Amino acid sequence: MSFLAMRTVYGTLLNFRGELDALGTKMHEAPYGAPPRAPVLYIKPANTWSADGSPVTLPAGVGEVEVGGTVGVVMKAPGEVAGYVLMNDLSLPHTSFFRPPVKSRCLDGFLGVGSTLLEAAADIDPSAFKLEVRIDGELKHAVDFAQLVRPAAQLLADVAEFMTLGPGDVLMLGIDAGRPLARAGSRIEISAPGLGTLSNTLVAGEAA
Amino acid sequence: MKRARIVHQWVEQEATERDGQLLLADGQLLPFDAVHWLPPLEPVAQPRTILALGLNYADHAKELAFKAPEEPLVFLKGENALIGHRQVTRRPEGVKFMHYECELTVVIGREAKKVQRADAYDFVRGYTVANDYAVRDYLENWYRPNLRVKNRDGATPLGPWLVDAADVPNPMALALSTTVNGKVTQSGNTKDMIFDVPFLIEYFSSFMTLRPGDLILTGTPDGVVDCRPGDVVVTEIEGIGALMNTIA
Repeated sequence: MSFLAMRTVYGTLLNFRGELDALGTKMHEAPYGAPPRAPVLYIKPANTWSADGSPVTLPAGVGEVEVGGTVGVVMKAPGEVAGYVLMNDLSLPHTSFFRPPVKSRCLDGFLGVGSTLLEAAADIDPSAFKLEVRIDGELKHAVDFAQLVRPAAQLLADVAEFMTLGPGDVLMLGIDAGRPLARAGSRIEISAPGLGTLSNTLVAGEAA
Repeated sequence: MKRARIVHQWVEQEATERDGQLLLADGQLLPFDAVHWLPPLEPVAQPRTILALGLNYADHAKELAFKAPEEPLVFLKGENALIGHRQVTRRPEGVKFMHYECELTVVIGREAKKVQRADAYDFVRGYTVANDYAVRDYLENWYRPNLRVKNRDGATPLGPWLVDAADVPNPMALALSTTVNGKVTQSGNTKDMIFDVPFLIEYFSSFMTLRPGDLILTGTPDGVVDCRPGDVVVTEIEGIGALMNTIA
């Protein structure tokens, strides 16, 4: 996947049943009050994009980051999918989902972008994707996209109700609960059949 | 200088303001209503980062029954939301409360990384006006304000002009107002921002690199009212411009 073709990249929170289960009754308590009705989205701006194979520099003082192995749906045109790509959606760990997560998700380099685009085809069902996250070679997270709250087609339709996803826009399907943590020196590999492997290594930044 | 981006005779181009008209590169002078206005932004290779502030005026924070934030409340927008001057924004059917937000908008001019407050203005290309509409019916308490409220297609008019930073000696003392069908409904001053422009540039660039063409929408003061189809909404900032939009 070339950065040159990529436009706005959107992430989706709470689109795995495991995430909802993990929150449980907290969803009904302050400050949330109720479970989400519409898709809960956020943006990964261009400063976050890291190519497959490139290192991701952690700011000085950042210990652990959450590794978000997911699949991005790449759009060809409104309502038309070009294909699917692996994404490593890194964030600083945060437990409150009340305010937009700019300070935790929009750090430089905090989105690894796979180099393989699996082209959309009639026989490809995103709910059949299974993804594995390895850190320093050890399996840390196994994600089954049959567990999505909104499967890809429904998520795309519900998002299209309020905004257009145009050519090159990317909608990430979500990150399941149990997100592993990684730190400077960790080698992160995200792989899925048909989608290849996305690798990024975390490196420590220098203190200012 | 005041710069616009327009489409005239199927050609996208820059124009500048001259005596209440648009001056094109080929020397033509055209009235404002003779062209299609785009957001006044030079094209960029990668999608621009659009940062927008919530609750950044003490009075607006009070109006919305929140205490003033201790650090900026910021959300991001996609480019799908942007439209130009004199365009139309759709009010979704069946909603009860859709309001404008008149906002001073900073256009970044140089790559900004770990910028100190005292140097922040060196990184500003110029200023424009945003009308950052919100549909409050769709507010939910998950990553609030959520994108269904704030990232609707064409719900962030921007313009008319990009005004060079050199022509705005003090962006932190500009009168700001909104009229709906000619009646003033919002008035304030950028001096009342909780987090001012230099603070915001230092804050954002401390954890993310800002690049030329990126935008910071700096929030809106007191006085937001519901807008209905047919309403003509003009958001104006002293010395920057008067941005007109019609609700459909």
